Amino acid sequence: MTAELGHIALIIALCMAVFQTLVPMVGSFKGYQSWMRLGQTMAFGQFVFIALSFACLSMAFLNDDFSVAYVANNSNTLLPDRFKMSAVWGAHEGSLLLWALILAGWTAAVALFSRRMPLVFSARVLSVLGFIAVGFALFLLLTSNPFERILPVIPLEGGDLNPLLQDFGLIVHPPMLYMGYVGFSVPFAFAIAALIGGQFDSAWARWARPWINAAWMFLTVGICLGSWWAYYELGWGGWWFWDPVENASFMPWLIGTALMHSIAASEKRGVFRSWTLLLAIFTFSLSLLGTFLVRSGILTSVHAFASDPERGVFILAFLFVVVGGSLLLFALRGPQMRSSSDYQGWSRETMLMVNNVLLVSATAMILVGTLYPLLADVLDLGKISVGPPYFSFFFVPITTVLMLFLGFAGFTRWQWTDARLLLRKGVVPGLISLVLGLLLPALTVEQLSWSSYSLSAVLTLILVFWVITMSAEDLLLKVDGKMSNLKGLTGSYWGMLIAHAGLAICVLGVGLSASYDLQRDVRMVPGDHVDLGEYSFQFVGVKPADGPNFSAYRGQVLVTVGDQLITTLWPEKRNYKAAGQTMTEAAIDGKLTRDLYVSLGEPLGGNAWAIRVQVKPFVRCIWLGALMAGLGGLIAGNDKRYRRRKSRLTTASNVGGIRV
Amino acid sequence: MHPLRKQRLQIVVMIIAASAVATGLIIYMLGQNANYFYTPSQVLSGEAPEGTFIRAGGMVVEGSVRRDPNSLAVNFEVTDGSAILGIRYTGILPDLFAENEAAIAAGKLDQNRVLQASEVLAKHDEKYTPPEVAESMNAAYKAKQKQKRKADKL
Repeated sequence: MTAELGHIALIIALCMAVFQTLVPMVGSFKGYQSWMRLGQTMAFGQFVFIALSFACLSMAFLNDDFSVAYVANNSNTLLPDRFKMSAVWGAHEGSLLLWALILAGWTAAVALFSRRMPLVFSARVLSVLGFIAVGFALFLLLTSNPFERILPVIPLEGGDLNPLLQDFGLIVHPPMLYMGYVGFSVPFAFAIAALIGGQFDSAWARWARPWINAAWMFLTVGICLGSWWAYYELGWGGWWFWDPVENASFMPWLIGTALMHSIAASEKRGVFRSWTLLLAIFTFSLSLLGTFLVRSGILTSVHAFASDPERGVFILAFLFVVVGGSLLLFALRGPQMRSSSDYQGWSRETMLMVNNVLLVSATAMILVGTLYPLLADVLDLGKISVGPPYFSFFFVPITTVLMLFLGFAGFTRWQWTDARLLLRKGVVPGLISLVLGLLLPALTVEQLSWSSYSLSAVLTLILVFWVITMSAEDLLLKVDGKMSNLKGLTGSYWGMLIAHAGLAICVLGVGLSASYDLQRDVRMVPGDHVDLGEYSFQFVGVKPADGPNFSAYRGQVLVTVGDQLITTLWPEKRNYKAAGQTMTEAAIDGKLTRDLYVSLGEPLGGNAWAIRVQVKPFVRCIWLGALMAGLGGLIAGNDKRYRRRKSRLTTASNVGGIRV
Repeated sequence: MHPLRKQRLQIVVMIIAASAVATGLIIYMLGQNANYFYTPSQVLSGEAPEGTFIRAGGMVVEGSVRRDPNSLAVNFEVTDGSAILGIRYTGILPDLFAENEAAIAAGKLDQNRVLQASEVLAKHDEKYTPPEVAESMNAAYKAKQKQKRKADKL
């Protein structure tokens, strides 16, 4: 019964989404207040029914209801309860239901906070969100129904959740990532509503900014968790592969970052208006493209769970309607959005433009690298994969330039900044970062030999110190020795500072772990040891060790520096019973300055094992920095000025005629 | 020319120049880093170049995996049903690497048409076979069926 209930709830939610799309939109043109208000009610109702549907699927998992095909394929009785819960979104159908649930959640949130906006506007926003919900509900019901039954022969035992996914990382990574992906549907809906109404002013930007920041924060944390999960769960110590699916999440992040910066200029100075709208459209389009790439099974990739052309075609058509429709609307209405002020030379506007040009270039480069293999395949040019060197070749210089400009972020003024002033402010931090950047890598080398003096570490350190010292200088000048000044700084400013410092720390981790990474694959018998830098890894042996739903071999590796024992690591090789799948469970000793990483390869006969040992300096900074950046986005989005219920500007610019 | 127009012209020229350089670089780098996939039959018929980085794969031939007793070197063979390609690799094989399962290796061909691999990928879970491998296996299977039918007719 539960499954049928869930199915029916989903259908009811679809019907509500249809009403939510049509009624408020028509009402907004006709001026029927009650029609417009219906959007809100439908948004709440839709959320309740999607949540009910999601709860039903979760119940089916917890109760081991193997008559439901999706449950039978992705869970079994041996699976611990917490993984039964995360198995709900462990494969295609369930993860789409999660998508729909999160969309309904965002929509309900918009409906809840929509009282700050004019009714005409919020009605149109909810209508656009309703349209997206219709698309995904249809997609679920027509091609990917998670409630489908296997009747009449019900399996006694289920398959298994892919062991790679039986992990805390999977419990949190997809919901976070989806919160980000789907969250960008809100600024998208805002942009469409603005284009329809022809109203795009500072008030619009103030409504949209907290939503953009919130979505961006979730996406940042989601990508960060995914990378962390790949690092410790795939078992071999990589944290970013330029895999198409990773790129699919990274592109909306980059464009979302550009959007976050461009809308600042739109809010404060009324410039880049149509550009901001375009970015809002592209951010969500890239999120949808990401969904298409992952869910259509079009890629040769870790993440492609299913390959079913029917699904691919549906998302592609939906993508076409959403992107094509919004771009058409933009082409018709966009040129009306004129800038209301002027700027010159080294103004903050120019800096934000540089930021946008760099971020959009990076995205374009990634997009080409990601889609080129698909294009080549379609055109029969051969089966191609684009290697990581392509992406690094472009991404490293772009990041370098980005960070050089980013140093000046705090010092620039709107409209016009004296270039000489900027240069003067840059002298001391510039010298500090050059000296530290050139010296520190030399200190790590025991004898100063040029061969081991890492130029990539020099570049990394210069950039990181540059951004940090410039930010610190700006903060010091703003405080000017008085604690009272500290309180006067806005949430936006703190957010910016923290996010920029987070980026610097992330770059520190990326650069240093790439420069000083040590890795060896070795064949070891008990008693063997291998040296890596100052660390000595001694292999003690391997013993059987079983878990609830797997059997395992657990190795013991002692790590020493000189005579001192640093830690004992217990890497595992697991075999999951249900599907007979083998998995590597790496052992990690983590510190801020370095990770020791040991993974067990395969048994080589006798007592010998293949073992990979790695030392990864500063690798943790990558995720720490990313989390800091996310926190910065959150703080900036909570700036007091967005919470003022209604400013005079809002009412003055309320051209729709109908007021709340 | 009017100074404002001149300035605009300069900007436009700069943008065009920059995008031309960027496009050129992207195309060049794609060419440098695009790794083509070949089936064992394509490799043995000489279609795949020697000394360039390629990917090749198929089903791992039963009984072909031989480990060196003193190091991590390993030799194995893959097939698409009609030809067999030898692969040499040093390192740890992926967890799901097994005989009679699909695998893809990336590396360079030596003079003996053996792939000196620097990376070996296996399928990611029980259900998933890399599309390239599935396709090449299908093609080989169809070719065999055709030959069989021809032989039957004779």
